[in-house]
Amino acid sequence: MRPEDLLCPSPKGLYSPAGDFYVDPVRAVPRALITHGHSDHARRGHGQVLATRETLDLMALRYGANFAGATQALAYGESVDINGVRVTAHPAGHVLGSAQMALDWRGLTIVASGDYKDAADPTCAPFAPVRCHVFISEATFGLPVFRHPDAAAETAKLVNSVGLFPERAHILGAYSLGKAQRMMALLRQAGHAAPLYVHGALTEITDYYEAKGMALGPIRPVKGVAKAELAGAIVIAPPMALTDVWTRNFPDPVTAFASGWMRVRARARQRGIELPLVVSDHADWDGLTASVAATGCEELWVTHGAEDALVHWAGTRGLRARPLHMVGYAEEDEDAQAAAEGEPPPAAAEGEAEAGAGDGAP
Amino acid sequence: MNRFAALLDRLAYEPRRNAKIRLMADYFRATPDPERGVALAALTGKLAFTNAKPGLIRTLIAERTDPVLFEMSYDYVGDLSETVALMWPAPPKAAPAANHPPFLSEIVEGLEVLPKRDLPGQLAQWLDGLDETGRWALLKLITGALRVGASARLAKTAVAALGDIPPDEVELVWPGLTMPYRELFAWVEGRAERPETLDPAPFRPVMLAHAVEDEGFGGLAAADFAAEWKWDGIRVQAVSGRSLEGERVTRLYSRTGEDLSAAFPDLVAALDFEGALDGELLVVREARVQSFNVLQQRLNRKTVTAKMLAEFPAHIRAYDLLTEGGEDLRPLPFRARRARLEALAARLIAGGHDRLDLSPMVPFASWEALAAARADPAGAGAGPDAAAVEGVMLKRWDTPYLPGRPKGPWWKWKRDPHTVDAVLMYAQRGHGKRSSYYSDYTFGVWTAGEDGDVLVPVGKAYFGFTDAELLEIDKFVRSATVNRFGPVREVLHAPDEGLVLEIAFEGLARSTRHKSGVAMRFPRVARLRWDKPPREADRLETLEALLRSEG
Ligand SMILES: [Zn+2]
Ligand SMILES: [Zn+2]
Repeated sequence: MRPEDLLCPSPKGLYSPAGDFYVDPVRAVPRALITHGHSDHARRGHGQVLATRETLDLMALRYGANFAGATQALAYGESVDINGVRVTAHPAGHVLGSAQMALDWRGLTIVASGDYKDAADPTCAPFAPVRCHVFISEATFGLPVFRHPDAAAETAKLVNSVGLFPERAHILGAYSLGKAQRMMALLRQAGHAAPLYVHGALTEITDYYEAKGMALGPIRPVKGVAKAELAGAIVIAPPMALTDVWTRNFPDPVTAFASGWMRVRARARQRGIELPLVVSDHADWDGLTASVAATGCEELWVTHGAEDALVHWAGTRGLRARPLHMVGYAEEDEDAQAAAEGEPPPAAAEGEAEAGAGDGAP
Repeated sequence: MNRFAALLDRLAYEPRRNAKIRLMADYFRATPDPERGVALAALTGKLAFTNAKPGLIRTLIAERTDPVLFEMSYDYVGDLSETVALMWPAPPKAAPAANHPPFLSEIVEGLEVLPKRDLPGQLAQWLDGLDETGRWALLKLITGALRVGASARLAKTAVAALGDIPPDEVELVWPGLTMPYRELFAWVEGRAERPETLDPAPFRPVMLAHAVEDEGFGGLAAADFAAEWKWDGIRVQAVSGRSLEGERVTRLYSRTGEDLSAAFPDLVAALDFEGALDGELLVVREARVQSFNVLQQRLNRKTVTAKMLAEFPAHIRAYDLLTEGGEDLRPLPFRARRARLEALAARLIAGGHDRLDLSPMVPFASWEALAAARADPAGAGAGPDAAAVEGVMLKRWDTPYLPGRPKGPWWKWKRDPHTVDAVLMYAQRGHGKRSSYYSDYTFGVWTAGEDGDVLVPVGKAYFGFTDAELLEIDKFVRSATVNRFGPVREVLHAPDEGLVLEIAFEGLARSTRHKSGVAMRFPRVARLRWDKPPREADRLETLEALLRSEG
């Protein structure tokens, strides 16, 4: 009996030959376990979907009620049998409803963790390491340069900046599911009691968080608010909106961005961010390595991100590890980043043409 | 140090001048002496450490991290100090609390007295005590690579903002002050009297000219203006006075207030007068002004040798007098200042002074006559010095000496070929024997953007510089890279930091392919303007005006 008989990589995502189901498949399949509601993990059009109640609700918000043929909710700690494979959901600490899926079959345990973080987050249940034989980990921030600082201290930077520039609006870019609501909660913990204004893309999900009992304080849609009223206000928007003409509606805005990528200066500069906040919903390097160790696993499989470094680290610990080279998983942050990197700067492209323009001169 | 590092970090990301001032003022307000004074020294470029070489930093990190993970990380981040700052392992939580985050002032004091062999251990201990941003700033500081996203002038403006004091006042007392500037802070905060200007030879902020667009004398009366040659040298302010002990102190400042005295001991020793004058630094051999290229050869030398002093004698061609014998002449109209300057120069020359002379006036009755003189300086009085003339300067007879760049009183009207001062924005590796150098340069000029001025690329140049200049630019590109795109590097190009290139070109054409709307014919690097802050580079409007005049 090999672990691959229980779970193995396939072009559509992780597949269980024993249970005949997929975990976070990137294409439509008859039966899927979904770890969390981010669009790269939770796609529409599957036959049957097994996920936490929150993940199912968030998928319905995003895709409409008919996003799958049938759905089944699984609470944390609850198990269900699929063709002889026992599936149990455990909190992943990534966003509201995020779950690690533990698969037990003939005495073998594999944990597919989806995305996770071991740092505290007031908007979701804390990550709980699960003992297993094989642990499947992401490696979004799988390099030792990624060490996320205390989120409260990063949040304080934003609050202080509002104090220093009360005549300017602060636009905070934050991923619309999870990060945005976590920043709202962190701002409240930091004592910022004023209304928070939100971009239209955030309202439904934020309403859902509040309906689940999260107290996020006064939240107002920014649409229709007079420019002058936004002086000194914090406006939360999806990252893509930061570079949009939409930002012209604000008084001399300071653009902030909450993301683990902000750790590296060149990345923040590339995006023209003026106030980078290093706040991530993924585990940092210390978090990844500590979490892997805490599972007591005998083997580590790495799905997406900086696989090589994490695999190398495992090797130095005598832990068997392999990259799965899964494609199709990246946060929206990362997608935008990749697009930006693939494109030469406009000035350099012009410079090329310039060389030709000089021809024919004396 | 963590707090100071956070300020540096924020300044690096903040493009707005006023916001930078407020960030610095906020820091000064919240930080006690002497820490803020040491920070002020760092912000104004007064701290220069080169204690640690990159090799030492690599050794320290190699002792603490896995080499494969380090290489992967360095490859990803692309900057050694930043990689090490981020990767540096946190000391064990149980470490003694004696490891409080070190103050900048402690570090600066420590670096001055530390024996070389103790540096690695001390550096490691400091790094243990700092956060990521603090480590980054410390590593940049001790490798001499600290770049401040604000000019010295802006830092002083922030100090002035603590009280209700004009920035020029701070500038005036500044030369007499030293780190940690306790008396300066006490004064601006209203706790003490204005510090005595102990420096008998302080810098005065200079007055600058606007460029005459070719279409443009509309409305100006020739009789209101004086004209002089615009010399192709370095604008300097020579100041001389006596200290309280009666000792003569003479200094030579660049137009940004940088003290150039050490590079021109021959000239400083020769100047013997009481006052402050404005003039052009030139190399003069056998009574003939040499071209800028000759001056450049002297500027390029790192150390001053007797041979160089003999070969490249420095000289001042004076064109304005700001103070004389303790009297401030700046409120006087140009006509009166010129008369005082002529009298002073006559006295000095009569007294045997051979390093100073007077920049002659260019008489003209009409703009047409001036245009003719500008086109033929040799025939219009400049004689054998004509090669060092790069145009004419126009100064209103009736205006006082006003610091900054007031619109109206002073104009510069450059000669053809056209030149423009542009800012280096991107550099690309060359081909063939230049493949290891960044030798192709995309440069830009200022134009109004959404939030103030932005640089817009106007062309690309890949020749015109000497081999020595290529080395200088290449070194600059590598140390000032902010982004990499394959073979292209984006270099720092902020109002107060970056490299200004004087670009010569033969003409302009309209272009729809370029964002700027103009294409240059035969652009080349005429010279490097290390002396010029990017904010003083030319504007797109200058090129557009030229375009219109060229049809
Ligand atoms: Zn996710
Ligand atoms: Zn993911």
